[in-house]
Amino acid sequence: MNADSIIITRDLVKTYANASAPALRGISLALAPGEFVAVMGPSGCGKSTLLHLLGGLDRATSGEIHLQGRRIDSLSEAKLAVLRRRQIGFVFQFFNLMGNLSVADNIELPALLAGLSPAEARRRRESLLEELGLTDKAGVVPSQLSGGQQQRVALARALINRPAILLADEPTGNLDSTSTQEVLALLRRYHQAGQTMLLVTHDARVASVADRVIYLKDGQIRTEARLETAHDSHAVLSQMFALEA
Amino acid sequence: MKYALLALLAKAPAHGYELKQAYESLFGAVQPPLNAGQIYTTLSRLERDHLVQDHHVAQDDRPDKRVYRLTGEGEAALREWFDEAVRGPYLKDEFFTKLIVAKTSGAADPAALIQRQRVEYLQSLRALTDLRLKNPNGSTAAVLLIEGAILHLQADLKWLDLCEERML
Repeated sequence: MNADSIIITRDLVKTYANASAPALRGISLALAPGEFVAVMGPSGCGKSTLLHLLGGLDRATSGEIHLQGRRIDSLSEAKLAVLRRRQIGFVFQFFNLMGNLSVADNIELPALLAGLSPAEARRRRESLLEELGLTDKAGVVPSQLSGGQQQRVALARALINRPAILLADEPTGNLDSTSTQEVLALLRRYHQAGQTMLLVTHDARVASVADRVIYLKDGQIRTEARLETAHDSHAVLSQMFALEA
Repeated sequence: MKYALLALLAKAPAHGYELKQAYESLFGAVQPPLNAGQIYTTLSRLERDHLVQDHHVAQDDRPDKRVYRLTGEGEAALREWFDEAVRGPYLKDEFFTKLIVAKTSGAADPAALIQRQRVEYLQSLRALTDLRLKNPNGSTAAVLLIEGAILHLQADLKWLDLCEERML
């Protein structure tokens, strides 16, 4: 655990009221700056709980969370809300966009809430929409967009405050394969630009884009795998399919 | 490559270089480039088996061009190939053997085997996802082949989860 880690957890435990067993049983992990980590595991393994605790959406029963060197698990509700707004970006499976606000307003809102000037919020929103290929959708409401487009808007909203970490919970879980591919390409692009990310997924294809894959089981880290970028993707293919029949 | 060449010749007679180009335009995005020798070796085998026939076409200032055409036997072989369903799927039986033997013999740790295999599959999946992301508008053949490989690996990984759940 390096001192310059973006996020560090120590022995994180979460027990829900009325639950027979803890959802998390001692998770210790650290994300280096710019690192992209995927969390996988069977339903009920605790992966979404972990994401909620890291993002300050829920509180741990015991253990510590440090974000950029600052302990955040013991912050007051008000301070936690400010921290979530400024330093953490969230992307969810069902987008969670505001249905009565335009795309532009959905994206700008967190920037305004975080105290950016309207001019700066607008400038960032415009550049994000352009990067995400949605400039012509700024004025429409989310329900007029496809699932893939809505998730791109959610990504823009999550990134507008330039968060220390982007947390994504099954970001492609509700998308078809073409939109999944688009979202993967974008995640990879922001990762290459230095964004630290933690993503929860049950889809190995999505996880394979990460630098490191962590497997949870019964609330504990069971194994993890560091992935490297292959030098010869063609070799993998021709090994799988002997085209020379 | 054998049947792909026969199918290309079923469309029209062609010489070796044309066949190489046509083959590469079909599969080039997902295969390393062929060398000319591979094409000519296959063609001479097809010729030996009477599936293709070549004839020489005279060219000015250059050596004769060898043009290949499909024979009646070649057509029949191609038809037979098309008419037969391809057998599959192919389980990674070497891993399966290792796993079962590790468990019964106690000579190796099945959990370690599964983990190593998982990393291997994830690594392959990453290579293919990269390939797919780098060619968003690839040829249909390329996209289908890569997607097929990705689906296989996703299934292999799920199967490892099952092995872990049932064996360990």
